[in-house]
Amino acid sequence: MKKKRILTGIITVIIAAGLLLSGCAGSKEATKTSAGKEPYKIGAVIDISGSSSSLGVPEKNTLQMLADKVNAAGGINGHPLVLTILDNKSDETEAVLAVKKLIDQEKVLAVLGCSASGTSMSMIDTVQKEKVPMISLAASSKIVEPVQERQWVFKTAQSDIVTINKLMSYLKEKGLTNVAFLYMNNAYGDGGRIAFTAAAQAGGVEIVAEEKFEATDKDMTPQLTRVKTSGAQAAVVWAIPPSASIITRNFKDLNMGIPLLHSHGVGNQNFIDLAQGAADGVILPIGKLIVADQIPDSDPQKKVLNTYIEEYSKKYNSPPNSFGGYAWDGFYLLVNALEKAGADRAAIRDVLEKTQGFSGVSGVFNMSASDHNGLNEDSMVMVQIENGKWKLLK
Amino acid sequence: MNKKIALWGILILAFALLPLFIKSNYLLGVLIVIGLYTIIVIGLGILMGYAGQVSFGHAAFFGMGSYTVAVLTTACHWPTIPALIASLILPGLVAAIIGGPTLKLRELYLALATLAFGILVHILFNELKGITGGPSGMTGIPYLSIGGLVFDRDIKFYYLVWVTVLLVSLAVHNLIHSRMGRAMRAIRESEHASETSGIDTAGLKLQAFVFSAVLAGLAGGLYAFYVTFVSPSPFGFHTSVQFVLMAVVGGLGTFWGPLLGAGLVVALGEVLRWAIPLVIPGAGGEYQIIFFGIILMLIMVIKPEGLGAITDLFKKPRVEEVQ
Repeated sequence: MKKKRILTGIITVIIAAGLLLSGCAGSKEATKTSAGKEPYKIGAVIDISGSSSSLGVPEKNTLQMLADKVNAAGGINGHPLVLTILDNKSDETEAVLAVKKLIDQEKVLAVLGCSASGTSMSMIDTVQKEKVPMISLAASSKIVEPVQERQWVFKTAQSDIVTINKLMSYLKEKGLTNVAFLYMNNAYGDGGRIAFTAAAQAGGVEIVAEEKFEATDKDMTPQLTRVKTSGAQAAVVWAIPPSASIITRNFKDLNMGIPLLHSHGVGNQNFIDLAQGAADGVILPIGKLIVADQIPDSDPQKKVLNTYIEEYSKKYNSPPNSFGGYAWDGFYLLVNALEKAGADRAAIRDVLEKTQGFSGVSGVFNMSASDHNGLNEDSMVMVQIENGKWKLLK
Repeated sequence: MNKKIALWGILILAFALLPLFIKSNYLLGVLIVIGLYTIIVIGLGILMGYAGQVSFGHAAFFGMGSYTVAVLTTACHWPTIPALIASLILPGLVAAIIGGPTLKLRELYLALATLAFGILVHILFNELKGITGGPSGMTGIPYLSIGGLVFDRDIKFYYLVWVTVLLVSLAVHNLIHSRMGRAMRAIRESEHASETSGIDTAGLKLQAFVFSAVLAGLAGGLYAFYVTFVSPSPFGFHTSVQFVLMAVVGGLGTFWGPLLGAGLVVALGEVLRWAIPLVIPGAGGEYQIIFFGIILMLIMVIKPEGLGAITDLFKKPRVEEVQ
C-alpha cells in the first residue's frame, strides 16, 4: 500500500517537472547552428493527426523538404533556417496553445498554419495580439477578412469566392443557367454554399435545387432524385471524398444525363479511385498543379510546378497535391519576406502585404492592404476527368 | 484543521505568485485551459462522484455556454457581463428541463441518454446556421470587461480563471460537507437505501445535474471570451469523453480530483507534444495518443481511486489505525 503511494507521488512529480521543462525546451535547438549567423526561426502549426490529417500530412512533408533544401543551399542570406512544426491534432484549443508555444518559447518570427479553417481561425486572436505574421493554409475567406482586424494574417489557399467565380464563368459560357447545388454539411461545404448562393444571385445563374448530405453518408440517391425532377441543367457538388466519390457513383447509377461539376476539394487521386470509374466526365475548377504537364510553357507557374512535383515525388515516392502546394506557397512567401526584411516581425508583415507577381504553386500572388490572399481567377483552370486522368479544358 | 487552512493558503499564494516566475503566455495559456477544464470537472465530479450519475454530454453544456456568449455579444451586442451570466443560466435551464425525464434512467441508460443529448446539441450547433453560424463558427467576440478592466492579456485571464476556480471550489467544499452533500453520497452508495431514509433522491440528482451544467456553461462562457472564436468542433462527443476521463483519473468523490485530473490530462498532452518528437523524430499526434493511453492506464492500475486520493499520502492511513 505504502509503496503504491510513493510510486504515484513520483509519477506526479515527473509530470509536473515535465510541464515546467517543456517551457525551456525551445532554446536548445538554436545553439546547434551557431557556427554561422544567427538562425531565423519560423514555426508551423499543422493538422497532422485527427480529422484534417489528409490536408496536414502533405503540408508537413512539403515544409520539411523545403526547410532542408533552404538550409542545404546555405540558408537565407547566410542565416540558417530553424523550422518548428507542431501538431494541433485538428483541435482548436490545442492550436491556440501550440501557437502560443511557438511565439513565447521558440520566439518564432512568423507562423505557418493551420491546415483547416476552424483551427486557423482559433489562432488569429493570439497572432493579432502578439503582432506575429501568420500565413494560413486553409480556404475560408473569413480567415483574412475583415482585413482591418486581420493585419497580421495572410493565406495561400484560394478563397471560395475565387473558385466559385471560375465555376460561374464556365456555367454561363456553356449556357447552364439552371443548376442544382449539393453540398457536404461541414465548414467546407457550407462555405461553398454561402459563396455560391451569393454569386448566383449576383450574376444570372439560378439555383433550382439545393440539397445537402453528411460527410459520413453512404448513399445520396434521395437527394439526386429530387435534383432529377427539378429541371436542373447541371449539378454542382461541394464536397470532399469519400462522400464526393459516393455521390458521383450515385449520379452515374441514376443516369442523370446532365453535366456534373465538382469543387477543387476532389482534386486528388483518392477521389477517382473511390468513385470506381464513375468519375469520368466530372468537371471542376482547380489549381494548375494537377495538370502541370498540360499547361503551356509560357505560364509563369510552369517552372515552379515542375520543380515542386519532381522534388516531392523523389523524396516521398508520390506526387504532391494542392494542400502541399499551399504549404509551398506559404513557405516561400515567408522566405522571400525574410530575405528582404530580416529578423523583424513588423517588417516581414509589411513585405508580405506588398507581395507582387509571386509565382507559386497555387497561383500568382498579388497581395495588397485590402487583399491578404492575393489570388484571382487566373490561378484556377477548368479540368475534366477522362479515363481516370485529369485533362485541362481549353 | 489548521494544517488544512495552511495548505489552502500555500496553494492560493503559489497560484497568485506563479505569473511572477513564468512570463510565458504559453504556460499561462496551458494553465488557463487547465483552469477552465477544472471548473467543468468540479461540476462533473459532484454529479459523478457524489450523486453517482454519469454524463457523457457535458461538452454540450460547455458549448451552450460558449455559444450563448458568442451570440449575445456579437449578434445582440450585449455587454459582456450579462452575456457571461446568461452563459450560466441557459445551460442550467436546459439541464433542468431535460434532467427531469433523463435522471429517471439509471446507470447505462442514463449514460446513453446524456450521450444522445450531447450529440443532438452538437448537431444543432452545426445546423442552426442563422444563430450559430453553422460549421464555419462565429468570430468577433469581444474581450470580457468588468468595470473598465478588460481581460485582453493571458495574465489577466489567468487570474480571472483561477479566482473563479477558487470560488467554485469554496462553494463545492461547503456543499459536500453540508447535509446535501452527505445525502448525495448516500445516493451514490445506494439509491434504494437513501430513499427509505427519506432523502429526495430525484430532487437531489436533478440539483446536482443542473449545478454541473451551470459550471460547464460558465467555463464555456469564459472559453469564448478567451479564444474569441467559437465553432462546433471543440464541443463534440470526444470532449465529453475527455471530461469524464479527467474526472475519473483525478479521482471521483475527492476534493482535489478535478484539479489534478484536468491538470494531468492537459499537461500530459503538452508534454508529449514536445517529448515524443525527441524520442521518435517526425512523429505526429498518433504516437502521442498511444503514450497518452499507456500513461493513463498505468495511473489507473496503480491508483484506481484516481489521483485525488493522493492526499492520503499526507494522512496516516485510516485502516491501519483501526487495526
